Amino acid sequence: MSSGPDVQDTSEVFRGTATGRTSLRDQRSTDGSDQQRAIPAFVLGEELADLADHDDRIAVLTADLAKANRTNDFAARHPNRFFNLGIAEKNMITVAAGMAASGFVTYAATFASFSALLGCEQIRTDCAYPRLPVRVIGHHAGMSMGFYGTSHHALEDLGIMRTIAELTVVCAADANHLRGILRASVDHPGAMYIRLGRGRDPEVYADVPDVQFGKAVRLRDGGDAAIITTGSEVYPSLQAANRLAGEGVEVAVYDMHTVKPLDVDSVAAAAATGRVLTVEEHNRTNGLGTATAEALLEGGFAGVRLRRLDVPDEYVPIGPPAALYAHYHLDADGITAELRSLINDA
Amino acid sequence: MTTTTNRGALLEQLRDRARFVRTETVRLSRIAGAGHYASSFSAAELLAALYYAELRIRPDEPDWPDRDRFVLSKGHAAIGLYPVLADLGYFDPADLDDYTRLGSRFGDHPDMRKIAGVDFSSGSLGHGLSIAVGIALAGRVRGSDHRTWCMLGDGELAEGQIWEAAMAAGHYHLGNLVVIVDRNQMCIDGFTDDVMAVEPLDARFADFGWRAQRIDGHDLDTILNTFSDLPRAETGQPQVIIADTIKGRGVARMELSLDWHVGNLVGDDYDDVMSELESGLGREVVR
Repeated sequence: MSSGPDVQDTSEVFRGTATGRTSLRDQRSTDGSDQQRAIPAFVLGEELADLADHDDRIAVLTADLAKANRTNDFAARHPNRFFNLGIAEKNMITVAAGMAASGFVTYAATFASFSALLGCEQIRTDCAYPRLPVRVIGHHAGMSMGFYGTSHHALEDLGIMRTIAELTVVCAADANHLRGILRASVDHPGAMYIRLGRGRDPEVYADVPDVQFGKAVRLRDGGDAAIITTGSEVYPSLQAANRLAGEGVEVAVYDMHTVKPLDVDSVAAAAATGRVLTVEEHNRTNGLGTATAEALLEGGFAGVRLRRLDVPDEYVPIGPPAALYAHYHLDADGITAELRSLINDA
Repeated sequence: MTTTTNRGALLEQLRDRARFVRTETVRLSRIAGAGHYASSFSAAELLAALYYAELRIRPDEPDWPDRDRFVLSKGHAAIGLYPVLADLGYFDPADLDDYTRLGSRFGDHPDMRKIAGVDFSSGSLGHGLSIAVGIALAGRVRGSDHRTWCMLGDGELAEGQIWEAAMAAGHYHLGNLVVIVDRNQMCIDGFTDDVMAVEPLDARFADFGWRAQRIDGHDLDTILNTFSDLPRAETGQPQVIIADTIKGRGVARMELSLDWHVGNLVGDDYDDVMSELESGLGREVVR
C-alpha cells in the first residue's frame, strides 16, 4: 500500500476556499511521479455566476456553506438571486423546488451527506417527481471530508439517488468538467443530482468539455482491460492506466460521469476487452459498480471478468482523505495493483 | 370569481360551494372506495372562499405568471379541491368520474404535472410551506405582485421542516406569503393535543416573525373579512391565519371522530350522508 507524500496531507477541507477568488491553476502540486496538478478551488459559484450573467432563470441556494462551496462567488455578482437558508437542508431543497415551479433553474448546494442523505425525500418528492429543474449539488462527497468522520461522508449518495426515478445523476471529475456539467445542466429536462469532490481535484480535462449526459467519455483506449469510473476516481484511474502503458499493457478508461442514465453502449465497448474494473468512491452497494454489473449481465456479457474497487460495507476509519484512498486501494497504486491482478488472473 | 356586489348573495353562493365541496368529496370517495372525507370537510368553507372570492386566477390560463399561487400542503384534501378546479373551468368535470381509477390524472394527492390549476404536487406532509417560500421568493425576484397562499394541516405542524420554512419566511420578510392553518384539531391517531401538541400556534408563528390571527374557519363572513383585511406585501411580514375548524364538519358521524380520517360510505350510509349534506348544512354550519 502506498504512502506517498500526499498521504499525510492534512487535508483541510476548506483549503483554497476561504480567501478571495481563485483561478483554476494557481496552486499546482505534484506527487513526484505523476505530475498531478491540483485544481484547488470550487468553480461552482463562479461558473454559475457566468451563466447567470446571460440567463435570468438561474438562482443559487445554499445552507450555510457559501464559503465552503464558493457559492459566495455567485452571491457577490447576483445577490438578488442567491439565498442562504441557514443550516436547514431539507428546507433549502424544497424552497429550490418552489422557485423552480415559478420558472427558475435552481442550484442548491451543500455537503453531499446532507443534500443526498438528509434531503433524499425532498429530492424525490419535490424535485424529481414534479420534473422540476432543480440541480442538487452534493459536494465534498464520498470520504473526501476525511477525518471529519462518517457524519460528513457520503458513500451512499449514488445508490440513493440512482434509485430515484427520472433523476439524472452526474459526477464531476475536475473543475473544467464541473463547468461543462453546469453549462449542460441549464436546459436539461427534469431534476439532477450533481456530485462533487472537495474542490481540490487534479486536472483531468485540460479544457471545458462539451458534456452530454448519459454519454460516457473514453479518456483512454486500450484492449487489455477497461476501467469504468466516475468523479474523483477518474484521475487516479488514468494514472494507473498510464503506468501500465509503460509496461506494454493498454487499459481503456471511461469517465462514466452520468451514473444515471447509464451509458450501456460504453459498458458494452468496455466489455469487449474481456476485463472490466469499476472504480468509485462509494459504498460497494448500488453505486457505479452495481450499475455496471447490471448492464453487463443484461447486455449478455456475463463472461466478462469484473472487478470492483470501492468502499466495502463498513464505516471508514479516521484519517486524512489521501490516506483513506490508499487504505481502500482507491489511489493510483491501489488501482494499478488491482489492474495487474485482473489482467494476470487467467 | 364572482361579480356580485351583494354580500348576502355572495355568502349564499359560497355556502353552496362549500356544500358542493362536501358532496363531491362523498361522491368521489365512493368511486375510489375510500377517501379523506373529514380533512376535506374541515377546509370546505376556506376552499370556497379562496377560490370563489379571493384568489387572483385565470382558469383559462392556468400558467399565468402573475396568478396567485395556492399550495395545498395538506395534499390529502385534494379530493375537495378537484371539484372546485373543475367547477371553475380548469378541466372538464367529467374527468373526475374515474377518480383514482387506473390511468386517471386524479389521485388522492394532487399532481401538478397532470392537473391544470394545481400549483404544486403535495402529499408528503411538512413540505408545503417550503414550497410556498420558494414561490414567494421567486415572485419577489421576478417583481410580480402575486400572493402565495399555503394551506397547512395542524397535524403536519409536528414536521420540523415547517419550522425551517417558517423561520425562512420571517428572515426573508415574505409579506407576499399567506398561510392558512386548517386547525381541525385532529391528526390520524387522535387529537393533536394528545398525539403532539401544536399550540400556542399564534405565539409560535409570531415568534418566527409572522403576523398571526385566529378566526372561525367555518364562518364565511369572517373568512372574507380576514382575507380582505390582509396587509399588502410591502409590510414584509408573512401572514398566518389560524382557522379554527372541526375535522369532519358537516356530517355528524364524522365530526371529531377517530374513525373517519379515511373511510368509505356505502349503501344506505352514503344516501344518508348525502341527504344530510344536501338538506341544509350550508345554512346550519355557517353561522
